[in-house]
Amino acid sequence: MMAAYASAVLIALGLIFFLAGTLGLLRFPDAHSRLHALTKADNLGLGFIVAGAAVQAGDVWTVLKLLLIWILALIASTTVAQLIARSAAPRNIGGEGGGG
Amino acid sequence: MNIGAVFDLLLCLLILVVAVGAVGGRLLFTNVSLFVVFGLLLALGWVRLDAVDVALAEAAIGAGLTGVLLLGAVARLENTGSGPVRLSPIPALLCLTIAVGIGGAFLRVNDAGPRLEPMVRANLGEAGVDNPVTAVLLNFRSYDTLLEAVVLLIALVGVWSLTRDACWRQTPGIRQHARPDGILANFGRLLAPFGLIVGIYLVWAGSEAPGGAFQGGTVLAAAWLLAVMAGLAMPPTTADTRLRWVLVAGPLLFLLAGIYGMTQGAFLGWPPGMAATLILAIEFGLALSIAATLALLVLGAPRRVS
Amino acid sequence: MAEFHYFAALAILASTAISLWRTLKGPTRADRMMGTLLVGTGGVAILVLLFLIHGQSGVLDVALLLALLAAFAAVGFVKSVSPDGAGDPEEEG
Repeated sequence: MMAAYASAVLIALGLIFFLAGTLGLLRFPDAHSRLHALTKADNLGLGFIVAGAAVQAGDVWTVLKLLLIWILALIASTTVAQLIARSAAPRNIGGEGGGG
Repeated sequence: MNIGAVFDLLLCLLILVVAVGAVGGRLLFTNVSLFVVFGLLLALGWVRLDAVDVALAEAAIGAGLTGVLLLGAVARLENTGSGPVRLSPIPALLCLTIAVGIGGAFLRVNDAGPRLEPMVRANLGEAGVDNPVTAVLLNFRSYDTLLEAVVLLIALVGVWSLTRDACWRQTPGIRQHARPDGILANFGRLLAPFGLIVGIYLVWAGSEAPGGAFQGGTVLAAAWLLAVMAGLAMPPTTADTRLRWVLVAGPLLFLLAGIYGMTQGAFLGWPPGMAATLILAIEFGLALSIAATLALLVLGAPRRVS
Repeated sequence: MAEFHYFAALAILASTAISLWRTLKGPTRADRMMGTLLVGTGGVAILVLLFLIHGQSGVLDVALLLALLAAFAAVGFVKSVSPDGAGDPEEEG
């Protein structure tokens, strides 16, 4: 039925964004651009998958919980992106010469 | 072979590969990162095995708290690149023998013979809770849980015993600081109360759904540690009496309940009418103590000289 | 329908596994941590799909907890690479 098809389309879109995120993490030239791939693409993919699950959910509490998971992931990712970007700024990149 | 089996196969393969990577790599920070990934993958595996309570505990403790503990430890080490990894033959042979032995024994287990699950389900009505895992942990085998709680406390005593004399009676760890109106501080202000709610919810839900004292207590510890790391809260000193009461409250409550049970028939035996109330009280007490103990374990021994 | 969900979960698991290459390669600590965080986000997505397959509401609790604690681990990482081990990357000096 309609809900199943809509859910499948949303989940497929989510998959595409996840793959894009992984591709970005592997191929972008430096840490800051990889952060974009990690925090933007993956969370959009998660959002699509959550939407696909919400369409098929049985009751309103499940939908609310799914929404809560996505919002939490969004807030966490945006904050973590800012923090890692600043901590990886050129003056203390966090990498080591010999170890690490 | 259906796709579900392919998924499980890939998951198992990944768990093995990541485990080898976590101990066999040359760079310590990579090993720690892979160890956190190992915890995450294991949590997925537990969900696939229908053990959601264990998955909750694994994700919280293995990936979250232990991850932060190890990250802090790696940051304090000066030389984090060990040399090339060498394989010692005798320990390797011993580990291989044990692994093969356990694997072979597991493969030979068949479904005949006495199983514990029917017994648990038969007695679940008198246990006072609906979640069979909680019933086993806090009613049928509450002795083990009591000892686990005490072991956590002993671990904390062990960590505190590493304190230098000059640093005793100070706050644990080093002084955390953050820009007062910055991102980290606001993140703490937002997420710490949320973590508090999730933690209390997990302890409360443990009687009917997956959850319980350990899982809820771990989330509470993480929420409080987040507040400390964001510079919003100061850990109490190790000499603080209220802190020490909070630490022992859980096991003490458990013990007192057990002695009450002794007056009713058996040590740690809950009479069926009182079981639900006793279990709930013990769960909340345990969650508080576990939260405090785990948070202090992550913060470490006092390191500041007064 | 479950077949499609399994396939999606498999695809996400495979892509997060591939991203572990970044954890191995580095070169900075931030890069390695990013690989771990990607597994965290992928794990939440896989758990949502597993919830669709299994139907137990406890699985969503695991997803919620995973999202929360991945954020916590990331904050722990940022703290650990700060100059004195306890600082905020936004503070100057």
